[in-house]
Amino acid sequence: MDKTVKDVEEALAGIEDGAVIAIGGFFAAGVPRILLRALAEKGSKNLTLACGSGPLLGAKDELNALLSKRQIKKVIDSYGLFRSATKGAQHPFEQQVRAGEIELAVYPMGTLAEKYRMAGAGIPACFMPVGAGSMVEGATITNIEENRQARETRVIDGQTCILEYALKPDFALVHANAGDPEGNLCYRKTAWNFNHVMATAARVTIAEVENLVALGELKPESVHTPGIFVKRVLKVPRISFDITAL
Amino acid sequence: MKRFEGLPREIIALRVSQEIEDNSYVNLGIGIPTLVSNWLEGREVILQSEIGMLKTGSLAEGDQIDQDLINASCQPVLEVPGTVYFDICESFGMIRGGHVDVTVMGAFQVNPSGDFASWMNPSRGLNGVGNIGGSMDLACGAKKLFIAMEHTTNDGSPKFVRELTYPATARKKVNKIFTDLAVIEVVPEGLLLKEIYPGLSVEDIQSITEPKLLIARDLKEIEL
Repeated sequence: MDKTVKDVEEALAGIEDGAVIAIGGFFAAGVPRILLRALAEKGSKNLTLACGSGPLLGAKDELNALLSKRQIKKVIDSYGLFRSATKGAQHPFEQQVRAGEIELAVYPMGTLAEKYRMAGAGIPACFMPVGAGSMVEGATITNIEENRQARETRVIDGQTCILEYALKPDFALVHANAGDPEGNLCYRKTAWNFNHVMATAARVTIAEVENLVALGELKPESVHTPGIFVKRVLKVPRISFDITAL
Repeated sequence: MKRFEGLPREIIALRVSQEIEDNSYVNLGIGIPTLVSNWLEGREVILQSEIGMLKTGSLAEGDQIDQDLINASCQPVLEVPGTVYFDICESFGMIRGGHVDVTVMGAFQVNPSGDFASWMNPSRGLNGVGNIGGSMDLACGAKKLFIAMEHTTNDGSPKFVRELTYPATARKKVNKIFTDLAVIEVVPEGLLLKEIYPGLSVEDIQSITEPKLLIARDLKEIEL
């Protein structure tokens, strides 16, 4: 099986306006920057970007490109806002969230991870203790008031738990250090983070890999994401960036 | 204006580090908690970082920086012998599953029931959204939850309050709070003042603490 694609156009084929796209990465680590740039280039609109922990804060140039073309309808994240209130207030992302032009839906990080895991593992929902007694229990958290949905809860072993549903994206864009033509992937250090679970969750997972290796070169018992979860593999250069400039 | 000068942030972190036992797995949040790691070097303590790392090394500088190696606050860190990486679900399984011995977090407010608020500052005016990050997961799964924070806000308003006015992160989870001026334990009856900054009186601390404090029988000065 050969899942390699020749360029970014082929990699992003089929992404239509309104698509829900998972974006791997945790702040600056493991973000699929080349695929994000290509997504901005492609210009698809009304996108929902389903994140884990601030990949768009870690890939600011790519975020700015998507914002300047008004491609984003909604962002799902656990940490989607700049930490500094002053910096945030000046940034177009926060300004568009404030104005209600972009919806920001927020979940606890581990809950969000589990929503992707459930989607990939065929589990429609689970009862989650995290967030009990907080606003999370009252309704889904979003800046768009009419989209706040009441929560179902159940007390299990004396603990209030919240019904959380699987989150199944149409596409996932993930970044791996190494991959082979059948889509087996290995991540490097903390660039692993959300990439694996998002790869399992989406209908179509597109992996950018810094190193495209021949079949058999990845140690079989050390593969992080088995190729069954991956539809397309794109070889990309390793981009250097200044992690301390965030 | 703050009424009293107390411990600098680094020294609050030192006091917290003394409360962490050897052979513990520990998760440190953003802010003063991050500074605790400076005092744990050489100790038998393993730091868990929710990004997916066990045995997080110290901060990396200059040529040591690796763009694929950061902690959950997005700071470049070092790998050490015994470091392990894993995916995010595994990481939060450790956290929610009660495998982390001590969690240290910052807070905007704490009340006498051990509820605390840390994830959203309503004055930012963002229509009910904020950065939850891993805070609620960490609080939910914490075996022992310490809060490290300034005793009051910069303008002197109390951070120990009768009722939270900021949105809660979790309820009835806080065990102990370490501030620049005091060490306070959450007990079933409320907030128990255990240690106090040298030179201050119980009345001084009470004057900047909204709920009525209980006073430990063995109340002492903060020892470092």
